[in-house]
Parts: sequence; C-alpha cells; structure tokens
Amino acid sequence: MAAQDTSPAPEEVAAPTMAPHGTDYAAIAMRRERRNNLALVSPALLILVVGASGPLVVMLIYSFLAAGDYGGVVWEFSTQGWFQVFLQRDMFDDTIGFADAHLSIFWRSLSLAFITTVLCVIFGFPTAYFIATRPPEQRSLWLFLVTIPFWTNLLIRTYAIMEVIRNEGLVNTALMKAGLISQPIQMLYTDFAIMLGMTYVYLPLMVLPLYASMEKLDFRLVEASYDLYASRMNTLRRIILPLVKPGLIAGSILVFVPCLGAYVTPRVLGGGKRLMLGNLIELQFGQGRNWPLGAALSITLLLIVMVALLIYVRNASRQGGAHG
Amino acid sequence: MKWTTGAGLTAAALLASTGLASAEGKLNIFNWGNYTSPELIEKFKKEYDVDVTVTDYDSNDTALAKVKAGGHGFDIVVPSHSYMPIWINEGLLLESRPDQMENFEHMSDRWKDVDWDPGRRFSVPWQWGTTGMAVNTSVYDGDPNTSAIFMDPPEELVGKVNVVPEMIDVMNLAIRYVGGEPCTSDREVLRKTRDAMMAARDKWMSMDYGTTEKLAAGDMVASVNWNGSTLRARMQNPDIVYGYPREGYPLWMDSAAVLADAQNPENAKLFLNFIMDPENAAMISNFARYANGIDGSEQYMAEDMKGAPEIDVPEEFQSAGAFNPSCPPEVQQMYTQIWTQLQK
Repeated sequence: MAAQDTSPAPEEVAAPTMAPHGTDYAAIAMRRERRNNLALVSPALLILVVGASGPLVVMLIYSFLAAGDYGGVVWEFSTQGWFQVFLQRDMFDDTIGFADAHLSIFWRSLSLAFITTVLCVIFGFPTAYFIATRPPEQRSLWLFLVTIPFWTNLLIRTYAIMEVIRNEGLVNTALMKAGLISQPIQMLYTDFAIMLGMTYVYLPLMVLPLYASMEKLDFRLVEASYDLYASRMNTLRRIILPLVKPGLIAGSILVFVPCLGAYVTPRVLGGGKRLMLGNLIELQFGQGRNWPLGAALSITLLLIVMVALLIYVRNASRQGGAHG
Repeated sequence: MKWTTGAGLTAAALLASTGLASAEGKLNIFNWGNYTSPELIEKFKKEYDVDVTVTDYDSNDTALAKVKAGGHGFDIVVPSHSYMPIWINEGLLLESRPDQMENFEHMSDRWKDVDWDPGRRFSVPWQWGTTGMAVNTSVYDGDPNTSAIFMDPPEELVGKVNVVPEMIDVMNLAIRYVGGEPCTSDREVLRKTRDAMMAARDKWMSMDYGTTEKLAAGDMVASVNWNGSTLRARMQNPDIVYGYPREGYPLWMDSAAVLADAQNPENAKLFLNFIMDPENAAMISNFARYANGIDGSEQYMAEDMKGAPEIDVPEEFQSAGAFNPSCPPEVQQMYTQIWTQLQK
C-alpha cells in the first residue's frame, strides 16, 4: 500500500511519455507496479497463510474428529473433543459435570501468566527507564546486555535456573555455608520456581518495547511536571505512565501470551506435579492418546488469547478517542 | 536462461545427492534417548561398513505417532512390550524372522516365546527391567520394598517423593497397591485407586523424569523409578537402594524390530542378529545398566553389574513382578482421566 501511495501521480508520468500509438503508459506502469508489489509480497503471504493458518486449520479439523485407539484421529465427525474440554462424564456414576481438572488447570495457567506479567512490569519498568535515561551513546550497550540471554537456548537457560535454586544448588549452598539456614529451602518444583523461571525468560520481551516507548518520551515534560510541584509518584502516574502506555501494553502482551502456553518452564522447574495448559495439551497428544481433545484445548487457548487481545484493542481505541 | 540452466543443474545435483543418500551402507535407528551404546554403534559400523544414525524419542506414544505419520526414514525401532502388539497389528513392522537368525540361539529361553511377539517373528530383546522404588537410606532407612513409599509415604519422605510421569507404570503400581489387577476397568478398584492417589499426591514433591542425576545429587530422596536408572544413581551415591514393591510391580522389555517401510531392511536385519551376540548385548547393558535377555552376555558385563540387586531380582520378590498388559483404549481413557485429576 505504502509503495502505491508514493508512486508518481499519473499526470506526471503521462506527460513525458506521449506515445505515438496513444498507449496509456501511466496505466500500464501502475498495473505493473501493482503486479510487482503483489509478486514481492507473495512469499511473505504464502508463508503466513501456509505456515500460520495451515496448522491451525489442521487443529480445527482434528478437534471435530474422533480419537484413534492408539493416538491419531479417525475420520468421522465427533464433538467429543470439544465436549471434554469443559465437561466430563463421571467415570464412576456416569453423571455429566464440569471437567474441574481442566478448569483448574486453565485457572492456574491464567493466574501464573498474569502474575508473571506483573513481575515483568515491576522489574522491566525500572530497567527500561534506566536505559532510556542513559546518554544516547551508552544506550545501545545496555540494550545489547539485555539481549544476551537470547543467545542461549530456552531449555539451557531453564536448566541453569534449576542449578541455581535446587537443594544442592548455588543459593541453598551459599545460605547454608553462611549459616543462615540449616536445611535447604525447597524452591525447585514449586509455583515460585515456575514464576521465577518465566519472569527471567520473558523479562527482555517486556524491557524492549518499554524502552522503545520511553526512548521517545520527552523528558522535558517530566521536568515541567516537577516544576509544577508534582510529586514523584504523581509524575510517574500522570506523565510517564500515560506516555509509555503503548510500550507497556505491547510488552504485557508479549509476556502474557507465551506464558499462558508455556511448556518447558513448568515442566522443568515446576516438577510436573501441577499441570499448566501446555502440559495438559501435550498429555492428550502423548500418553492420553486423545488428539481431538488436545486440538480442542489448543484452540481454546487460542481463543482466550484472542479475547484478551480484543478487549485490549477495544479499550485502547476507546481511550485513544477520549484523549483525542 | 542462465537462471534456468542453473536451476536445472541444482535440481540434478539434488537428485544425485538424494540418490546417494538412499544407497546401501546406511542404517537409521529410532530409539529411546540415552539408551544406545555408542560403543556398540561404532563396532557395528566397523564390522559391516554401514553408516549408522541414531535418533531419540522420549515415549512410546511419540515413536508410534511419528512412524504412523510416515516419511520418517527409520529402519529400526525399539518399542516396549505393551506397545509391541499395536506395532504388529497396525502393520508397522517387518516380519524379519529373528527366530531364524544365526544368533537366535543366544536368546534366553524365557524370552524366546513371549505374549507380545509369539515365537519372536518380529523383535529381538534390547533390554528389560522393572519399575520400583528408589530410596535414599540416609533419609529413610525403613523397608523400601513397598509401593507405600509413594502411595502412603512414611513421615521422613512426606513432601520429598518423586513419581516418574509414566502413566501406565504408575497407574498399575497404584492399582496393585490397592489390590486390583493391571489394566482393570473395575470401577470400584479404580475409585479406590484414584482416592488413594489423590490423598498421596499432596505428599509428593514432583512428577519428573531425570531421576538418575537428581537421586545421585540428593535433589530427590525417594522416587518411583526404573531399576537401571537406580543402579546408575547408586554408583554415584551409595546411599541409594532399590525396592521391589511386594504388592506388585511392573516388568517391561523393550525390543528392537525392523520397520515395515524401512529403507535399509537388510542392514536392519544384520543389526538385529548383531545385538543377539552376547558380547554386543553386554555393550547395551553396560551403557544403560539394564539386563538384556541374551545368555552368556554376563561374562562381558561390567563388574559392578554382576549380581547387582537392581538387576538380579531377589527370589522372594520375583513372583510380585508382572508384565503390563496392553490396556484397551477405553481403559486408557479412564486412566488419563484419573491422571489429569491427579495433576490438576
């Protein structure tokens, strides 16, 4: 679209090309450009359509099929997969009730993802602020430092966290050597471990968008606020926060969404005793041999994320309208 | 034009290289992770001048799903006994007739005619073992030979027990603990099992794999665990003992078989015969520390494995062990429901 907008207006092109045959070169040029644009965009479109929508369509179809006896699906229509997402037939008295196990796993995933997002804001905001207030020539160095964890594979970083917090790990050994505790503190395999791991892993995803909006922040406004006797809290709340809100929201989405479907971190650090959504889905595709349920659960996860995003978009546009 | 020629050449080169790839002298093994002795592979390579690739999987279901999907390019797979009938009935395995191979005579009589592969027409024992209890005696020095270690943990182990998330093994241990039969669909028994497990799980620390290192390091002091893994842990930490639950515990055997759509079936058959040679079978055991089912391999085994209590099941506990049958799908579904409840 942008390319078309910047293309020369037809009149300008038409003037020097008054062709003897009376051909409309301008129209041809525009058509050609449109065709070229399409050709240039098509690889990206193809990847998006085939790579992103393709698997989703497969999941959607699978969720309406019957489960194969040994995994896989049988090609006959069935709503069992969807039925089992929220409801279950009690295996002992055949009554139909809510699938409380699934609901509580959904709830755990939502709350852990939410808390992790809040933690990322708490740690990410000062970090981004710190970087944004450095002299410009230093900023890239700090940003560079923030991205260092990305150089290492997620699984390895998660195992590194495990080494730090396990019973014979760094923290416990240090505390015991210092004589502060006599028994190791059980940190591994707790919800604390899951949140620590996820906060560590996703923190850069909060810092980077926050930094992007803070970098654009006009710090003269902050000074002006102080000049007008606003307290620090007031300045933060009424000047800085509204201005960096887009970054804050972008960061929160970037953290919340992957946390909701996190698989590796709860598995390695949480000890697998309490499932999160990602692990529940994996169970259905693996030992549970119930692919339709797994597919339906995946799509439910997707829908939750979409609803969350829609609420955000509606709120953002309403507020944008109100503030002009 | 130039571009077209270039593309043509590239295509030709690609064709040629894939042509080479399917040439003889290759073998692709699809096996459990951390389970294949590199020494064994090296020896096979040298002896038959075959290029061997090993790819890992982490569960029977993963392996089954991958192979069923097709296009995998594997020649050998090593399913557990309870999955073997599925593999055979779904037509995924080649009837390679190990019973007619040269080294078949070395197979222990006990394994020559088994329920999951009568007459050994498809598969060769890789390793077999038991699922029981691993306990660190410096924390709990009571009797380890009971499923109560995880179903009703003694005070010293409350909040410290790990349970490997291997659904069928754990469910069968629990069912036998409350007095039922493996793969039962008896609702009364299942209700009892569920209630007992729900009460027990609050006393567990985790449901995780990777038990060998964690038991050795002291991160886990008790766990439902496999015998060979426990042996490896004990070699690093002498406080670890292995218990055989007297209420009943599962036996298992993983067997190597040739895939029906193998690219290199002849090399795969050579490999099956190769691992029935006692010296080679011993290499498998020396690596993963499980028994192998080949007579005469003992003399080649590492010193620490000979007479190890984790490998040689003591007389008094032999009758409590039984092979997990292959549970019918509807039973599997009930187990999954209980299993999900357990981890909610």
